[in-house]
Amino acid sequence: MQPSDLSAVDLVNAVRQGDLTAVRCTEAYLDRIAALDGSINAFLSVDREGSLRTAASIDERRKAGKPIGPLAGLPVAVKDALCTTDQPTTCASKMLAGFRPPYDAEVVARLRAADAVIVGKTNMDEFAMGGSNENSAFGPVHNPWDLARTPGGSSGGSAAAVAADMAPVAIGSDTGGSIRQPAGLCGITGLKPTYGRVSRRGLVAFASSLDQIGPMARSAADCALILSSIAGHDPGDATSLDAPVPSYTADLERPLEGVRIGRVAAHFGAGVDPEVAHAVEEAFAAFRAAGAIIKEIDLPHADAGVATYYLVAPCEASSNLARYDGAHYGHRAEPGKTSGGFESALVEMYCRSRAEGFGPEVKRRIMLGTYALSAGYYDAYYAKALRVRRLIRQDYLDAFAEVDLIGGPVSATAAFKLGEKTGDPLSMYLVDLYTVGTNLAGVGGISFPCGFTKSGLPIGFQLQGPALAEQLLLRAADRYQHLTDWHLRRPAIAAQRC
Amino acid sequence: MLIPHRPEPSPPLAILPTFVCPPERLSESVPDTASAPVTTTATTVPYTTVIGLEVHVQLQTQTKLFCGCSTKFGAPPNTQVCPTCLGLPGSLPVMNRKAFELAVRSALALDCRIASFTKWDRKNYFYPDLPKGYQISQFDLPFSSDGTLEVVDPKGAWSRKVGIIRVHLEEDAGKSMHDEASGVADTRIDLNRAGTPLCEIVTQPDLRSPQEARAWLNELKLLLVYLGVSDCNMQEGSLRVDANVNLHIPVDGGPDAGGRIAKTPIVEIKNMNSFRSVERALAYEAIRQYEEWQATKAEMGKTPKQTRGWDDPAGVTRAQRHKEESSDYRYFPEPDLVPVTVSDEWLAAARQAMGPPPAVLRQTLATTWKISSYDADVLVNQGGDLVAYFEELAGKVGEGKVASNWMQQDVLRTLNERGGTIGEFPVRPAALADLIGRVAKGDFDTSRAREIFAEVLASGRPIDDVVASMGIAAVDDDELVALCRALLAENPKVVADVKGGKEQAAAGLIGQAKKKNPNVNPGKVRAMCLDLIRQM
Repeated sequence: MQPSDLSAVDLVNAVRQGDLTAVRCTEAYLDRIAALDGSINAFLSVDREGSLRTAASIDERRKAGKPIGPLAGLPVAVKDALCTTDQPTTCASKMLAGFRPPYDAEVVARLRAADAVIVGKTNMDEFAMGGSNENSAFGPVHNPWDLARTPGGSSGGSAAAVAADMAPVAIGSDTGGSIRQPAGLCGITGLKPTYGRVSRRGLVAFASSLDQIGPMARSAADCALILSSIAGHDPGDATSLDAPVPSYTADLERPLEGVRIGRVAAHFGAGVDPEVAHAVEEAFAAFRAAGAIIKEIDLPHADAGVATYYLVAPCEASSNLARYDGAHYGHRAEPGKTSGGFESALVEMYCRSRAEGFGPEVKRRIMLGTYALSAGYYDAYYAKALRVRRLIRQDYLDAFAEVDLIGGPVSATAAFKLGEKTGDPLSMYLVDLYTVGTNLAGVGGISFPCGFTKSGLPIGFQLQGPALAEQLLLRAADRYQHLTDWHLRRPAIAAQRC
Repeated sequence: MLIPHRPEPSPPLAILPTFVCPPERLSESVPDTASAPVTTTATTVPYTTVIGLEVHVQLQTQTKLFCGCSTKFGAPPNTQVCPTCLGLPGSLPVMNRKAFELAVRSALALDCRIASFTKWDRKNYFYPDLPKGYQISQFDLPFSSDGTLEVVDPKGAWSRKVGIIRVHLEEDAGKSMHDEASGVADTRIDLNRAGTPLCEIVTQPDLRSPQEARAWLNELKLLLVYLGVSDCNMQEGSLRVDANVNLHIPVDGGPDAGGRIAKTPIVEIKNMNSFRSVERALAYEAIRQYEEWQATKAEMGKTPKQTRGWDDPAGVTRAQRHKEESSDYRYFPEPDLVPVTVSDEWLAAARQAMGPPPAVLRQTLATTWKISSYDADVLVNQGGDLVAYFEELAGKVGEGKVASNWMQQDVLRTLNERGGTIGEFPVRPAALADLIGRVAKGDFDTSRAREIFAEVLASGRPIDDVVASMGIAAVDDDELVALCRALLAENPKVVADVKGGKEQAAAGLIGQAKKKNPNVNPGKVRAMCLDLIRQM
């Protein structure tokens, strides 16, 4: 049996019991990356030496009878938006090409403390802005199920790495669906925890009030394993929640008897691919069969979600990305190429560094946000968006008074072709239709496969839960995965022996 | 328009604004020998100067507002920095509770209303000493507003109550050092100061003269130093002042005569690095605005607000580029921080932890120790340590007035001459009280006590040692009688003069008595001699 055939839970147990060394496990995954990633482009950097060194030290400690962490020997791929001291952190931007942070993100530190092995940093949409991974300055990621298609985004590299068995688990970040949507399009499981459940310290900020880090893996059980190590209060993140962390793995097997799952009729309106609608309805039926109660609910302001999101997120982004000005670190334009017309050498340096360092989508969002925050426009755009955001949050509060979870599709279609939407930013933004509400409301959501299209592309199902309901989200997904085997299917490329 | 260059000394008296000058405040740390002569009578000008101030005060915390870096002044550049104050990707701010506490203490002392809910906002602008590209500040919901601070002339000649619009907390930027030596313009950035907590205090335009502005700033500084919230050291940049000024000029006789008041465009003056500069810059600016108004009749609202920088050596303000007022800071709520709520209990505790402000202390000293309000003012303006010294001394002496006289005539004068702080002053209150007590007992007179005081300061020896080495000993009555008898025997003319009604002739005996025994009390010698002559 290959390490890549084992779940993360099994891998960790095998290492703990001495059936598998951390080195062998890490090496197996590194080999798969070396063999497969040339055609997928999921990784921006791979730390072969460093990860093998870490793995060897874990094996030594285990052999010496010393304590090892709960993730000992588990290879983890980390989205390149999280700071790592031993590997570059680029956010897939030319602006940060080669940037080496002097500190580890809190999540990275917690993974290391749990003895996980960080094998590499995954590709993404530049600064997490995008839903197809085509906005990476280092080339798009290819969907392992069909290399001509997008893996989704922005955590597309993390999703593709797990889907192609190049890593048993990965870390993603989700601002408007960036974990759940690529998980859905790549046929894996991805959890966006409640805002504040996982520390954002060291996550390169896109939109601070929406960003949240979460696990991506083959199953809900594997996500639960990772979340147990990364969740919890961080005094270094003022927005982190100071709430106890329950055991996410212990509660998984409790049956779903009596759990109320809301179904929103509007999720099945125009624009939803019939194959997606069918698979999602089947999933509802499976939940019903498992004892859950399906209840029709309404999220009255859901149709304003994308518009609200595309004001709040760019406004925050325009400010968060102001620090990339060439003055202190990152890309700086070479001096002296000016044609004149700039106010001063300083302004010229700013303008040219940013013009060269940022890609078109990042620039578009900075401009949108700058515009919406400007004097005379603030009330009409940003302030109004905040008011609508409150209404959306209230929708969720009202809904969760009636149901325990809300089910539905992750995205309206399965993976689309690379290049299909790049000429039409608006249609690309609509990819986030079903996922942005979770972030605007600050609650949690999980996405997992619930079927395949006739052409063999995975279809995702999304469950959203109230604040701090990660236990229930993971349990519901895990129960579903005990009734179905969609999550066990692997793309042909992953079946290659390496 | 060309503004005439106006070198120091000060402008002609005819256009000095209307006011009665406050006395020089002792609390201004830099001796102010070069300032314009103090006018003691009111002079009138054909306008009213209207001034509002914006004061930035660095709070005395050990660490920065949003990270754990030290705020110590003077470290080598960029050594007190971390990912947060460097604005590195992924770094997050966490509020320093101590800074908030100090800020609230300041606002309470300024009689402000403290908001029960306050939030942080980002002020967005690009500058190399602002590494995040935004400053974390407070925009529409500052933690406090609507206060007042009054400055009162100790002689009661005038007073001015200045409204405080708001006090808010924000982080400081770093420092840019422009080096244009060797033909290559080069700017170096030091981010040690970036993230230091600043309180911004914005006043109503309630001040009516440059001198008032200076006196008010002195009172503010004194208050903040008393509260322990800031060292207010302008040289180190821990207190910075910008001033807004314009003139109200009666036209056609003013409203009383059916005319109106013309208001000149508001000018913001920056770059003043001492309270004296503030006073000078405002005085210059009032004249400049009046001249400009006479030439252009330009009024407020018709031209944009102008920013002018104070050039201290040249003694002029100069127009700065319009860049700053045209910028749009795109304020929005800081999503990385949570709002702060202030409970009544916490506020009550903060209020309790506060010592009395200078204004209260002045009254307390005056009533407790029965000293004049002028004397109380002088003592309080020297700071809390000196007041503590005085109170200990007065308590031991038992007479506030005597203790106050010694403080003002001897301790303060010596401090001014020698420099140093009252904490380092070698004669501690107990020793000084002992010395004063001996004068009261009649061991020696005040002038002799001053000699002892001077010798104690010079030699650093204890009082008893000095008294002994100077041969100072009490003269008993038998000794005195013998000495006086001898004197009278030696001076028959004096005896005859006194008997003839010229009592003042006895004064001639004092000097001779001192020669015989330096410890004799001149008063006692005189009285004894007169007694003896009467008995003859």
